[in-house]
Amino acid sequence: MQRYSVQLILIALGGLITYLAYEEAIDLYIISVLMFMGVNIIMSTSLNLVNGNMGEFSCGHAGFMCVGAYVSSVLGVLLFSKNKILAAPLLNPEMAVYFFPFIIIAGGLAAALTGLLVAIPSYRTRGDYLAIITIAANYIIISAIENMNIIGGSRGFMGMKRVVNSMEDVLYLPWMVIWVFVFTIGTVWLLRRYTSSTFGKGVNAICQDEVAAEIMSVNTNKMKTITFMLSSGLAGVAGGLFAYIIGYVNPGSFNILKSTEAMVMVYLGGMGSLSGAVIAAVLFTLLTEGLRFADVLLHYLWFVPDSWHYSQVWKWVIIPLILIILMQFRPEGIMGNRELSDLFPGLKRFYKFK
Amino acid sequence: MSTASLIQNIINALQWGSFYALIALGYTMVYGVLVLINFAHGDIFMIGAYVAFFAATFILSTLGLPGWAALALTIPITMIVTSLVGVSIERIAYRPLRRKGAHRLYVVITALMCGLILENGNLALLGASRKAFPSLISEHVYTIGGVSFTNLKIAVIVTAFICFFILHWIVTKTKVGMAMRAISYDKFAVPLMGIPIDNIIVVTFVLGSSFAALAGLLFAMSYPILEPYMGALIGWKAFIAAVVGGIGDIRGAFIGGFLLGAVEIMVVAFFPSTYRDLIAFTVLLVILSFKPTGLFGIAKTTKI
Repeated sequence: MQRYSVQLILIALGGLITYLAYEEAIDLYIISVLMFMGVNIIMSTSLNLVNGNMGEFSCGHAGFMCVGAYVSSVLGVLLFSKNKILAAPLLNPEMAVYFFPFIIIAGGLAAALTGLLVAIPSYRTRGDYLAIITIAANYIIISAIENMNIIGGSRGFMGMKRVVNSMEDVLYLPWMVIWVFVFTIGTVWLLRRYTSSTFGKGVNAICQDEVAAEIMSVNTNKMKTITFMLSSGLAGVAGGLFAYIIGYVNPGSFNILKSTEAMVMVYLGGMGSLSGAVIAAVLFTLLTEGLRFADVLLHYLWFVPDSWHYSQVWKWVIIPLILIILMQFRPEGIMGNRELSDLFPGLKRFYKFK
Repeated sequence: MSTASLIQNIINALQWGSFYALIALGYTMVYGVLVLINFAHGDIFMIGAYVAFFAATFILSTLGLPGWAALALTIPITMIVTSLVGVSIERIAYRPLRRKGAHRLYVVITALMCGLILENGNLALLGASRKAFPSLISEHVYTIGGVSFTNLKIAVIVTAFICFFILHWIVTKTKVGMAMRAISYDKFAVPLMGIPIDNIIVVTFVLGSSFAALAGLLFAMSYPILEPYMGALIGWKAFIAAVVGGIGDIRGAFIGGFLLGAVEIMVVAFFPSTYRDLIAFTVLLVILSFKPTGLFGIAKTTKI
């Protein structure tokens, strides 16, 4: 029982959400919040690999998300939907059901290759300078996409809803919910496997002391390349899912603010703690949606004019403020460097997650 | 390219370079003293422009003074108020962390977040509408041999050079400057010599912020439209300039600013202007990959 409890719970949870979405028993809004939660979990856990486990400071994570989002949405729209670039779809739209995960993974692979933009300079630089490189990479990616007029430039790119619709035409299921769930679980599982493997122990070694790790026969350059590529690839997967959930991408939505969101989640959860990153992503999504809710509540007050939207404007004052306060008073975040099973050793009897 | 257009481009490059250089001086000084990348500095520039806007509008409309008098009053007001903002960020956010001996990473994150708070707090308080800066002095266009320049452009360039020489004098000739150099040389020995380290850091922030404020004022006079995010990109570019010159070195920051200005103007001369940011950031990436310490920086060896 202890062996399979996590799998059973996950299957039950996934089945339940899918069933509820299928029956339309829960609100569409709640479903989209749940999906964003999944995307945020992928973002925070993948950034946690670099910022937490490897101890580097990457603050351009949204750039890789942008690459993933654009590659998978352009690929999907070209292959399975009528579009402005090639007019007719390249493949039968009914095939979208089978190819959808591969499109998302292709976006992830493209993002992983872009990760080299950061990985190669990281051989020689670290700390503040690497932070600048990641921010520069973020700006370069956004700026490059803004200059590609064939995919819409700064106006953005759309048409992903048609791909999702053609998937639902073949077999009516809440496909996006299913795939977001699968990819989220897959990401967390993959990262867990990676950091607890013999090879992946080197990631934590680099965090402790890079020179010592190298002396202890950790090939730091190889390690950094693989870790950066894995992290940015997973960010690309998150971007692809994000694009298909919203149905519209534009480069402006992947700027430094989006990267900051990911950073807030990592530092809120605790550096190097996978379960902390997951918990923080869930909390953060609830917080941002809670702000939206607070906005609605405020408008019930008679003196608040309809045109004022506090939360959306103040959101970006409140989120940085949370992080500043966190840095001042609890820099280790919610979980610190520990996992859930370290914090509550009793839980170990009930589950095993490897 | 004809000689006239070449000189024209050089003047434009000098003007943009002056803005970058003025902001980059602030970045590089704080880095030299604190080994902290003050990511909020670009937004200090924005605050400077906004303070100048409010001061100038107040003086012109309420007090009814002529333009030149308003300018003469606006310059000190802007510099003082903006340096107050810079120093209070240091007091509220950076100093407690420094006292606790927190990891440098936490200070950098705090700086980044302070910048975001300044930008978005401004957006939340003043709204997204752009503000038009009032014209303080009448702009004359001089044309000599096909090269046209305004008195404002010349003022910008001259101000940048004056600021640089003042700063250079402070750092090399005064006691405060000597203390600054001492702190960047050895942070642990300096307090033992009876140098009040916190006061020196405050002076550094005052100097950096007031140069950024001056840049903000001049920028608002040259391009009289203000918006909350104006400091973000120009701040990043100035930071690139500081890194290109070798962060921590005043000469480097100044020359880096003009170099970046020249690169950008040349890019605009040959490519569509939307490629400007792309190429500026690519220059940064390439320089950091091959010479991480910049043009004037000295590589530090890591001791095991």
